[in-house]
Amino acid sequence: MGDRTELRLSGTGGQGLILAGIIMADAAIRDGKNSIQSQSYGPEARGGASRAEVIIGDEEIDYPKVTNPNVLLVMSQEACDKFASDLASGGVIIADSTYVQELPAVDGQICKLPISQTAREEVGREMVANVVALGAVARITGVVSRAALTEALMARIPRGTEEINRKALELGWQLAEQGSTGVL
Amino acid sequence: MSRVVELARLMQGNEAAAEGALAAGVRFFAGYPITPSTELAEIMAERLPRLGGKFIQMEDEMASMAAIIGASLAGVKSLTATSGPGFSLMQENIGFAAMAEVPCVIVNVQRSGPSTGMPTAPAQGDVMQARWGTHGDHPVIALCPSSVREAYDLAVRSVNLAEKYRMPVILLMDEVIGHLRERVVLPSPDEIEIVNRRETQEAPADYYAYRADETGVPPMANFGTGYRYHVTGLAHDETGNPTNDPDKAESLLLRLHDKLGRNLEDILIEDSRSLDDAEVVVLAYGATARPARQAVKEARRQNIKAGLYRPLTLWPFPTASVDRLARQARTIIVPEMNLGQYRIEVERTVRGRASVVGVNRVNGELIAPGEILQAILEVVK
Repeated sequence: MGDRTELRLSGTGGQGLILAGIIMADAAIRDGKNSIQSQSYGPEARGGASRAEVIIGDEEIDYPKVTNPNVLLVMSQEACDKFASDLASGGVIIADSTYVQELPAVDGQICKLPISQTAREEVGREMVANVVALGAVARITGVVSRAALTEALMARIPRGTEEINRKALELGWQLAEQGSTGVL
Repeated sequence: MSRVVELARLMQGNEAAAEGALAAGVRFFAGYPITPSTELAEIMAERLPRLGGKFIQMEDEMASMAAIIGASLAGVKSLTATSGPGFSLMQENIGFAAMAEVPCVIVNVQRSGPSTGMPTAPAQGDVMQARWGTHGDHPVIALCPSSVREAYDLAVRSVNLAEKYRMPVILLMDEVIGHLRERVVLPSPDEIEIVNRRETQEAPADYYAYRADETGVPPMANFGTGYRYHVTGLAHDETGNPTNDPDKAESLLLRLHDKLGRNLEDILIEDSRSLDDAEVVVLAYGATARPARQAVKEARRQNIKAGLYRPLTLWPFPTASVDRLARQARTIIVPEMNLGQYRIEVERTVRGRASVVGVNRVNGELIAPGEILQAILEVVK
């Protein structure tokens, strides 16, 4: 398969996972790589299962969906229960411990981080939990550079929200750094 | 950074289709937003007014189709976008546009059906509706993209073909391609071929709206430029006035079909991979062509002589190409997110000279490469 990473960002509708996927894919392109982003969601504006999938690589990407993610973000218990067993061997699960309490044994790493709680308590807006998650995923996996991620983020958020988003990304980055010595 | 990297961007299929239509000169959009085509309406609503065009959200899809026919008759390249339920409602006026020879483009981003089905889930269930959804022996052109870049290119082409042959053209997408975001580098404006309708050179008094010259396509006179003529869905003569004359009615209908029949080389486009020595051919279109391509690559790695044939023009049917495949291949595999709508047409052309096998899914999920590979392995074992 060559140099190819498959990510699935999963949780509940309204958590901003599809936007997170778009920003991740955009960042990869800014890094000069090939990427593709697809999604699966229900008809609800909020609630229901939601997931975004991103494939990052150097080669032509045919099948745009992710079967066995190398990187799995779970931001709800339901998503964790549903997708944990799909994890590719040696992959990593990044779990939002705010909502995910039970994690199964997997053939890979598990990293539990209080993503939504951090967004709520330290930014004051749980809405930016997706950006906290992006910072953490990027720090843990290294699939995109921080510079490209910041650029992509700034290009795809509403004007006037730059500061809280920048802060959220930084918090996610830090969370992963602490987590990588503590939890992992 | 090279120039190409700088120009590369992440773009969504629906966005690319909208940008392609705008690049081709579309300046009027009437529609009724529906998942998974909504982004087309959103982008048109934002972009058209800035380009001096018009966006109208209509009361329903019947009216949307009527509005783009009216705008086109007034000389403006026109587009609507919808999904299955709306496409059903548009059928009567699509027939009107075919009969009255009005250039227009309908984007149908297919979702799971029938009826309202699963709004956010993909399907390819409107393949036959694109061909036969409106009544009567009408001609049709339907193009089907498999990537974001192709959504752009085929949107341009749809507008061009509509203008060139004076007829409705269907850009038949699916939810996977419509919502997919991938890396694209768009062509620069001078790389894009733009076709405009041929306008009459006759004075208003000498103009016959439906008198075809040697091309089979009557030159148009845009409404509001001093030409007065009748536009109807009834059978009509060269003036555009209704007629019940059997000879005139028949020659009209035959001419409508002949416009395509004599220009198949211009209309039919296709793509292939590893086809030269292929004994097993996967014939796939739209999103399904992507897992098909991966399956063919994997089969080749296992030294199986597999190839991919991909029609980008679904209608008119690429009879000559499929005929060639029938003589070359032992088996033709047709994966589709429906219960075999295009496979039936393939079988009709193959006429038993090769076996034709379907790989079908109607659960709202894209077929996986492994399923197609499995079908390939079963044929060669």
